[in-house]
Amino acid sequence: MTGDLLILLALAVPLFSALVTYAVGRMPDVRETMTIVACIALSIITISMLVRVNAGVPPAMTLARPIAGLDIAFRLEPLGALFAVMASVLWGVNSLFSIGYMRGKREANQTRFYMCFALAMVGVMGVAMAANLFTLFIFYEVLTFSTYPLVTHKGDAAARRAGRIYLGTLVGASVLLFLPGIITVAVLAGSTTFTAGGLLAGKVDGAVASAILLLLTFGAAKAAVMPLHMWLPNAMVAPAPVSALLHAVAVVKAGVFTVLKVSTYILGPELISTLPAATWILWIAAATIVIASLVALTKDDLKARLAWSTVGQLAYITSAAMLPWASGLIAGGLHMVFHAVAKITLFMCAGAIYVATGASRVSEMGGLGRRMPVVFACFMIASISVIGLPPMAGMWSKFLLVTAAFGSNEWITAAAMIVSSLLTVVYLMPVAFRALFPAQGDPMPRDFVRPGGTPGVTLAAIMITAAACLGLFAFADPIANFLEPIRIVSFVEIAP
Amino acid sequence: MTMFDALYVAPPALAAQAPILAIAGPLIGACAAALSPGGRSGWMISVIAAAFTLWMSLAVACDVARQGVVLYAIGGVPPPLGIALRIDALGSVMALLVSSMGLIGAVYSGHALASEVRAEKHTLFQSGYLLCVAGFVGLVFTGDAFNAFVFLEVSSIGTYALVAAGGQRDRRALPAAFNYLIMGTIGATFYVIGIGFLYGATGTLNLADMAARLASLGDNTAVQAGFAFVVAGLGIKAAIFPLHGWLPGAYAGAPSLVSMFLAATATKTAIYLIARFMFDVFPDTSAFGQVFIHFVIAPLSAAAVIVCSVQAIFETEVRRMLGFSSVAQVGLIMLGLSLANAVGVSAAIFYILAHAMMKAALFMALGALAISVKARTLSEFAGVARDAPWTATAFGVGAASLAGLPLTLGFLAKWKLVEAALQAGAIWMVVVIAAGSALTLVYVWRMVEALFFRAPMPGAPRAREAPVGVLAPLWILAGLSLWFGVNAALPEGLANAAAAALFGAGR
Repeated sequence: MTGDLLILLALAVPLFSALVTYAVGRMPDVRETMTIVACIALSIITISMLVRVNAGVPPAMTLARPIAGLDIAFRLEPLGALFAVMASVLWGVNSLFSIGYMRGKREANQTRFYMCFALAMVGVMGVAMAANLFTLFIFYEVLTFSTYPLVTHKGDAAARRAGRIYLGTLVGASVLLFLPGIITVAVLAGSTTFTAGGLLAGKVDGAVASAILLLLTFGAAKAAVMPLHMWLPNAMVAPAPVSALLHAVAVVKAGVFTVLKVSTYILGPELISTLPAATWILWIAAATIVIASLVALTKDDLKARLAWSTVGQLAYITSAAMLPWASGLIAGGLHMVFHAVAKITLFMCAGAIYVATGASRVSEMGGLGRRMPVVFACFMIASISVIGLPPMAGMWSKFLLVTAAFGSNEWITAAAMIVSSLLTVVYLMPVAFRALFPAQGDPMPRDFVRPGGTPGVTLAAIMITAAACLGLFAFADPIANFLEPIRIVSFVEIAP
Repeated sequence: MTMFDALYVAPPALAAQAPILAIAGPLIGACAAALSPGGRSGWMISVIAAAFTLWMSLAVACDVARQGVVLYAIGGVPPPLGIALRIDALGSVMALLVSSMGLIGAVYSGHALASEVRAEKHTLFQSGYLLCVAGFVGLVFTGDAFNAFVFLEVSSIGTYALVAAGGQRDRRALPAAFNYLIMGTIGATFYVIGIGFLYGATGTLNLADMAARLASLGDNTAVQAGFAFVVAGLGIKAAIFPLHGWLPGAYAGAPSLVSMFLAATATKTAIYLIARFMFDVFPDTSAFGQVFIHFVIAPLSAAAVIVCSVQAIFETEVRRMLGFSSVAQVGLIMLGLSLANAVGVSAAIFYILAHAMMKAALFMALGALAISVKARTLSEFAGVARDAPWTATAFGVGAASLAGLPLTLGFLAKWKLVEAALQAGAIWMVVVIAAGSALTLVYVWRMVEALFFRAPMPGAPRAREAPVGVLAPLWILAGLSLWFGVNAALPEGLANAAAAALFGAGR
């Protein structure tokens, strides 16, 4: 199979899956089987792209050229390949979870739900494979609009309000900041192609580069850097599978992925390290990390707590992109994956608890672990990974992030990361702890509202990702090595 | 226009007469339609005449591509004395736009009129429609300032009557048409006064002659007054802020066919004439012209983009919303012109083409929906997408293009405009365009949310899918917005050639 075909397939498989879902919408079993088949096919495709990137023959193709200098083109590189694999594999796991959740809750409009999910994956694949900012932007917007019906799935006034905030923030930032940034890049450099070492390196002075960096970082509002973060907690009105895949993995990671791509390939590490704007963004990200963790502490609603936690963890990756010490980029790439795996587990657990017992508040979950031991054990594992303790994968990325921050003498960032890790212990650990080891006086946990408790497929999905949190602990090094090419060779590291 | 270089669509003998035939065809058609026995035959005549016009415009465009400029002396009397048609790339691009929209509108009129205009008026309506087409084509072809006025009036008489024809559907069309008549007449009068000044100063009405003499005349008060009158008069026709008062009412009241055709062509041809005067006739060395462009046109256009977009947001009636949106888009086009360089004008013309396609699709889709639901306000259109998905989706495509979503022509149009502004270093203009786009998103989203995501009002009439005769031209427009969004070689080539005609070295 040639590389071009792989790229086309990676876009066509989810697109085709969306059409099939629509066509067989009346037959739930067929519909969901087709979704799973598409997930498996897409995972195989993205993994074989990753293998090609690793072998040094990255797939690349140009799809169309609307006007000169503005190509719709794709080219895989390590970061994108990793993102594509992560998203497609987790789409599969999440689809298993969705089937249990949506059937368990007897949700309406399930066909639209699976269709939009598949369309969102088209957007994710396009973002991951984009060869230039323009292409990335197109699919970034596909992702925005295809997820709107998912956020407003309930269709009530609260959902519509959240949907307006969602679209307003994401599209507003795109139009007002991101797009002007892209056009500025296009005018200054003559193209928007992602180039190793930085497209703009040596072409612009500090002030212009700072402006571009600010426009592009805040324009990618999916990265949820404060003050453009409110859409994420609001989007929690969506059903749990949406929160799990989109607001822990696909959508938010598309945002930080964009930021990583911009700093690696548009401005380049060497230019970034000289920019004052990078320092400002580091400060804002540090503030985001700490404030989001503090807000998470105050939330009793489990999903809201997880959402705020996500806001903080995303800012880790944004910080990584700004760290002049180039291994920050690799740490950011690792954190993108490891946090995704852990956070999707947490959200799926929250969904499983909600389906089985109707409990959505942390205060209602005391002693619930006796009824749902597996779910809460998985919750515990994922919590440890988010905190960054061994033997979970999350430890490596956090370790590298803090090292990178120290290495670049960014004490504020390093301190924020460490403080936030401690706060994470405070807001995540008690959830599983109180459930598994209730205090003496706690009342007996409530009964299952759904006969049989957690649906089997849901449980399977949770166990897969929890196992991944553990298993990836051993694979941090290969992934880091795979990402090695994004660090440019000529760059002289600042000694720690 | 290299794509037309090797294209021969008409035998040479016919192609040589194509400029005058493109104007005479619809004029004769207008007479024939008025005399035709019934609506059906009137429609046939209209389609045939419009198709003929498109054919002839294409023939002219091919000749222009090969020769650069086509000169045609009417009646064989050479220019300084006789009236000449002088067609360059800009003129032929505009003629292509007018005649293709004319044909699409004519095809659509078969169904559109039945529900919106009384049957006995159909033949007269078609006559007025063809008069408009003839006037617009003549306007962009002519090389004579006074002759341009004549064509302006020919088209205007048609448009006043066409807007008033909406009185059957919506009585408010009558005052709107009257309003349009008064404003339009003032505009035309200003234009004639301006031409009078310029004639007094130069002693010629031929635009090329006038340009040559003005260049040696230097700045003088009569010329400046003439220029100001011409631009202000045409500004009313082009709906340049704040001379746009007539437009939202006229677009809201007119039959949907008329709104569609006028939105796509009427303001655009007036903008064409402004561009012709600003860059071709008036010497670019003139300090007055520069000041006028930078300190009058540009700020007013920026105000149009912001103010009218906000007005559109707070409007409840869909057609008025689109009307305000048109004024804002005219502002964007004028912003491009006010850069006064080839890149800016190319972006403006590209925007003209893009806007014509998307606005035409939007008005046509509204008209198609209005066949079954007699709706005016947003809430009355709620949920029609469930019953008429194809029509509503075409509306959605037009709306996406208007909002400037990627993969649509509207996105590329905005991109080129911002690029041109950045290249000229006009950062403020980038801010205005970005803010305008964000505001556009808000009102476009209101429409899309109403059509697609809201439940229909209880007891409201169910929408029905439009007949094929409407869906076909509608989807041609929507499809073009999508196709050119992926491959814009044709509109870009046309826009660049047109801009080169104004700014090229060979002028």
